[in-house]
Amino acid sequence: MAASSGAVRRRSLEPAERAPGNLDAVHGRTQESGPLELDQLIHERVRLGIVSALAVNGSLTFTDLRDLLGTTDGNLSAHARRLEDAGYVACKKSFDGRTPRTEYGLTEVGKRALNAYLDHMEAIIDATRE
Amino acid sequence: MTSPARQLRGKDERAPVALSDRAMDNLRFIRETMERSASFTHVSGIGGVAMGLVAVAAAWAASRTTSDGAWLSIWLGAAGASFALSAFLMGRKSRAEGVALLSGPGRRFAWSMTPALAAGGVLTAALARGGHFGLLPGTWLLLYGASIVTGGSHSVRPVPVMGMAFMLAGVAALASPPAWGDAYMAAAFGGLHVVFGLLIWRKHGG
Repeated sequence: MAASSGAVRRRSLEPAERAPGNLDAVHGRTQESGPLELDQLIHERVRLGIVSALAVNGSLTFTDLRDLLGTTDGNLSAHARRLEDAGYVACKKSFDGRTPRTEYGLTEVGKRALNAYLDHMEAIIDATRE
Repeated sequence: MTSPARQLRGKDERAPVALSDRAMDNLRFIRETMERSASFTHVSGIGGVAMGLVAVAAAWAASRTTSDGAWLSIWLGAAGASFALSAFLMGRKSRAEGVALLSGPGRRFAWSMTPALAAGGVLTAALARGGHFGLLPGTWLLLYGASIVTGGSHSVRPVPVMGMAFMLAGVAALASPPAWGDAYMAAAFGGLHVVFGLLIWRKHGG
């Protein structure tokens, strides 16, 4: 059984916000293959929402993202800034007439990070099924 | 509530299940966010232009008929031809982009249009049976516009704007003499489709 063989380190999973920083024992992985780090930057819900939405749209405006995720301007701005600082999203500022327009797009680094996160979630599900 | 089977398990065995649930919840959140954020971009600009040309031809033919039955047949035939053309061209655009036409956003687009179109079908039958052919152009424009506005809320911006223009044309047609019906149909179903079709074609592809 996965749990008894220590498929996933349980201690690092509670509470959710501090959840698994270093899941290096997911089933099928060895210490040699390197630790399976959970990307805390993407793991947060608003940031996960931003990255997911940008993955299927070439670009989205600040307003699109705010309405889609049902968050406030300040909250979205703070989370988008963290993703931008990490190089996951690129921000382009322009003017639509006289109205300022902020547009976000997912970078290659961001795409790779989302794919790694998806792989990680699938690995956890697979590990607990066995 | 905790299930009896779960209560029997030891504390150590419960945690991985919760972890798996959380992982599945995260995957579900990602999928739902992707679906909600995706616009239906496969409205065909060429399809809009083609529908406009069909409408102009139908308006010309309908204005020359003397019987209400023939007039109605021409417009229903034009509606069927336009629907088929539009579905074919949207399907072609979707295939070119490697996406199924009736994937999440496409399905929402179609379902959102259905109630107003169904209402239009029922009203067409009722008005034609009562002999109120003069009310049909305004009714069609109003309800077609409403269906485009609702469907267009899942699509690129020119689509709902076009829907609103159709609704305004419908209101104007209902307030105008019945004899102007074909002119309104040519201007709206013809002109608006061509203008917005070209706009969509230029900005969002064929």
